[in-house]
Amino acid sequence: MSFRRMSPRRVLTFVVVVCLTVGALATVVGAREPVTITLITHDSFNVSKSVLRAFTRSTGIKVRVLRAGDAGQVLNQAILTKDHPLADVLYGVDNTYLSRGLNNAIFEPYKAKALDTVPAEYLLDARHRATPIDRSYVCVNDDKRWFADHNLARPTSLGDLTLPEYRGLLVVENPATSSTGLPFLLATIAEFGEAEAGGGGWRDYWSRLRANDVLVVDGWEQAWYEHFTAGAENGDRPLVVSYASSPPATVNKAGTNARAGTLLKSCFEQVEFAGVLRGTEHPSAARDLIDFMLSKRFQEDVPGQMYVFPVRDDVELPAEFARFVEVPSDPLALASDLIDENRDRWIREWTETVLR
Amino acid sequence: MRRLALWAIPVAFLGFFFVYPVVTIIGRGLWPGGHLDLSPVADVVTNPSLRSVLWFTVWQAAVSTVLTLLVALPTAFVLARLRFRGRSLVRALMTVPFVLPTVVVASSFRALGFDTSIVAILLAHVFFNVAVVVRTVGGLWSHLDPRQEDAARVLGANRLRVFTSITIPALRPAILAAASIVYLFCFTSFGVILILGGSGRATLETEIFRQATQLNLPTAAALSIAQLLATVAMLVVAGRLQGRRDVAMDLQPAIETARPIRGRGDRALLIGVLGSAAVLLGTPIAVLIVRSFDTGTGFGFGFYRALSSLRADSVLFVPPVEAIGNSLLYATAATVLALLVGGPAAFAVARSRRGGTLDVVLALPLGVSAVMVGFGFLIAFDPPVDLRSSWVLVPIAHALVGIPFVVRIAVPVIRSIDPRLREAAAVLGASPRTIWREVDLPVAARGLMVGAGFAFAISLGEFGATAFIARPDRPTLPVVVFRLLGQPGAQNFGAAMAASTILVVLTVAAMLGIERLRASELGAF
Repeated sequence: MSFRRMSPRRVLTFVVVVCLTVGALATVVGAREPVTITLITHDSFNVSKSVLRAFTRSTGIKVRVLRAGDAGQVLNQAILTKDHPLADVLYGVDNTYLSRGLNNAIFEPYKAKALDTVPAEYLLDARHRATPIDRSYVCVNDDKRWFADHNLARPTSLGDLTLPEYRGLLVVENPATSSTGLPFLLATIAEFGEAEAGGGGWRDYWSRLRANDVLVVDGWEQAWYEHFTAGAENGDRPLVVSYASSPPATVNKAGTNARAGTLLKSCFEQVEFAGVLRGTEHPSAARDLIDFMLSKRFQEDVPGQMYVFPVRDDVELPAEFARFVEVPSDPLALASDLIDENRDRWIREWTETVLR
Repeated sequence: MRRLALWAIPVAFLGFFFVYPVVTIIGRGLWPGGHLDLSPVADVVTNPSLRSVLWFTVWQAAVSTVLTLLVALPTAFVLARLRFRGRSLVRALMTVPFVLPTVVVASSFRALGFDTSIVAILLAHVFFNVAVVVRTVGGLWSHLDPRQEDAARVLGANRLRVFTSITIPALRPAILAAASIVYLFCFTSFGVILILGGSGRATLETEIFRQATQLNLPTAAALSIAQLLATVAMLVVAGRLQGRRDVAMDLQPAIETARPIRGRGDRALLIGVLGSAAVLLGTPIAVLIVRSFDTGTGFGFGFYRALSSLRADSVLFVPPVEAIGNSLLYATAATVLALLVGGPAAFAVARSRRGGTLDVVLALPLGVSAVMVGFGFLIAFDPPVDLRSSWVLVPIAHALVGIPFVVRIAVPVIRSIDPRLREAAAVLGASPRTIWREVDLPVAARGLMVGAGFAFAISLGEFGATAFIARPDRPTLPVVVFRLLGQPGAQNFGAAMAASTILVVLTVAAMLGIERLRASELGAF
C-alpha cells in the first residue's frame, strides 16, 4: 500500500483505526500477557505438570525452571550472580547451607501467607528471608531381609554401628562430595559432639567406624546402586546412608513389604527453603510463587514427586509413604550458624580421621 | 590480510568465551575487595600436602597416557593398514567410551569385579582415551604411503628398523598431538578419580572442585593458576618435541594403503589386537547393554518402555525422543562451532611461524578446571550481554573442548601437503583462492572431519563446564541418565542403563555417518 496515493483524510482515518486496534489489542493482551518468572533449583526438583499448570492458570504467571546441579551448586551460583540474579526465586537451599545464603544477602524478606500452618521448629529465619517448604531425613537404611537371613539383630543406633557384629556392613558417602554424606557426618556430630578433654566425640566415633571397616564412596549412586544389598545387583553392604523415604523403592512386586528399613535414631533432619532473590524484576510474582509452594496443592504433591515430606503438618501423605516410610520422632539436628562456621573444618578433620 | 582473518576468528572466540571468563573468576579470587592479594598463591606453593597432590596428578596422567598409547597404537595400525569387513564399524565403536557418563562406566567396572583403586583409575583412563589416539594417529597412518616402508624392507631393514626409522618419525606429530590431549584429559580427570579412585585420592582438579564448591575462591584461583602453568609447561614441551619437523609427505588415499588380510600372520595380528581391544573396551559396554535388557524376570524391553512412562506426569519428565533430539541439536551446534573456529585456526597454526603459540592457547580449555570455567561464565557474562542461562552457552562450552581436536588432527595433515603441489598449481595460473580450494581444502578436510567427529562425540557425552552452569530445561540423554540414577529403585537403574544404551547406539550411528561423509567426499582423492 502506498500512502502517496491516499487522500490525507483517508490517511488520518487509517492511522486512527490502526491506533485504536493496536491499543485495544494491547489492553486485552496486556491484561492476559503472562509474566514469566524464573525458578532456579537443584536437579532433584520436581512437581506434577498439572500442579504447576494450576498455578499458571490461577495467577497468569508462567514459571521457567532453571536447574543448576546439586543444592550446594545452586546456592553458589546464586551467590556468584547476586548483583545480577539469574532467577526470581530460589528453591532448594537447606538448613546445612542456609546461613551461607543468608550471610551473602541473596534473599529478600517475605512472610508467606500460609506460614501459620508450618510448625515453628522449621522457621529458622526470623526475618523470613527463607521460607521452609519441605523436610527430609538422611538416615542409615538397612536391608531387613539380609539381617533376617543372617540371624543378626538389626542395629538401632549410631553407636551400634561400631559393634563387632556389624563389621564391614556399612557404606557411607564422602561428606566432601556428597549431599547425603554431609548430613550424615552432621548427624554423628550432633550425636557425639566435639571431642572433650577425656577423648570421645565424633572423631573418636569415626575412628571406631573406620576400625569396623566402614566403606566410603564418592556419591549416593555408588552407595545405593553398587553396594547396598537391597539396592544393587551384587551388593555387599546391608547398611547404607540414604533417606527415610528410600524404603518404598524396595517394595516387593506384590506391594506388601519393603525390603529396606530405617534406623530411626540415625536420622539428621534437613529442611529445604525457598526465597525471593534480591534484585528480581518481578517481586510480586515471585512472592506468589512462594505462597503457592506453601499451598496445600503443592505441599500434597511434594512427597510423590520429590520423595520428601511437606513442611505443613495438615497435609495428608500418599499411601505408599504412610505405609512404608517411618518418620523419626526425634531427629538429630544442628543449628544452621554452627554448621556454617564449622563445615569446612569438620570436613577436613573427617578426611584426616577416616581417609588418611 | 587473509592470514589475519585466520587468526582473528579463533583468537576472538577463545578470548571472549574462555580467556575472559577464566581471567574474571581468577581475578575475583585474587583481587577480593579491589586489591591484589597473593597470599593464597604463597599458601599453595608452600603447602606440602598440595605438593603430593600435584605429584599424584602428574604421574597418574603420565602413566595413563603411556598405557593408552601402548593399547591404542597397535589398534590404530590394524585399523589403518589392514582391510577387512566391518572396519568402519570397529572404528565407530571405539568412540563409544568417549560419550558414556563416568557414573555408568564406573558401575560397569564394579560389576566386572574392579574395586576402587589406582588400577581402576588407570584402566578407566585407557578405556576413555583409546579412541583419541586411534583416530588421531590412525587418520594420518591410513594415508601414509606404504611404499617407503616397502623400499626400506627391500633394502634390507628389518621390521623393527622400518618401524622406528620410517613409520614412527612420519607419525610423530600425530602421536604427540594425541598424547598431549590424552595427558590433559587425565590431568584434569575428575569423575574417574572420585568414583573409581576411592575416597581420599585427590588431584589438582578435585581440590579445585572442593575449594570452589566451598566458595573458597582465593584458594581455588591459586590452584587454578598452578594447574594452568602445569598445562602450559606440558604443552610447550610437547610442542618442542614435535618441533616443525612435519614434513611434506606424499599422502595416499586410505583405500590404497590398506592391504587385505594375507596369511596366518595377518590374521593372528588382527585377532590378537582387536580381541584385546574388545575385551578392554567392549566388556564394560556389554555389561551396560545386557543390564538394560535384563529386567529381572527375563530379557526384554521393559526398561526402554519405562523410559517413556516413568513419572510421565512430572515436570522432570522428558520423552526419550525429545532427549535424543536435544542431544543431537547441541552436538550439531557444537560441531559446527568447532569447525568454524578450529578450521581457520588449523590453517593459522600450520602455516605461520608463530602458530605454535596459538596451538598451545587453543588446547588450554582441556587443562583448566571445568568448575572454574563454569563459574567464570556465570560472573563474566552478566547483563547487558546476559548469556548466563542461555542454551547457546552449552554448545559453546562443548566447542571449547572440541576445537583442540579439530586443530590437532588437521594440522599434521595440512603440513604434510607438498608445497610443490601448490607451486605447480600457481604456475599453471591458479589464483591463491583456487589453490586453497583445490589443493589445501580437500586434504585438510580429512583431518577436519575426524576432528568434527570428536567434537560431536564430546558434545553427546556432555561433560565439563556445562555441569556447573544453570541451564534451561532442555535435557539431553546424559542428563536423563543422571536424573534416573539420582533416585533409588530397580526401574530407575534399568531405565538409566536403557538411556545409556540409546546413547551408545546414537554415537555409533553418528560416527558411521561422519565416516561415510568423509569417504564420499575424499574417496576419489
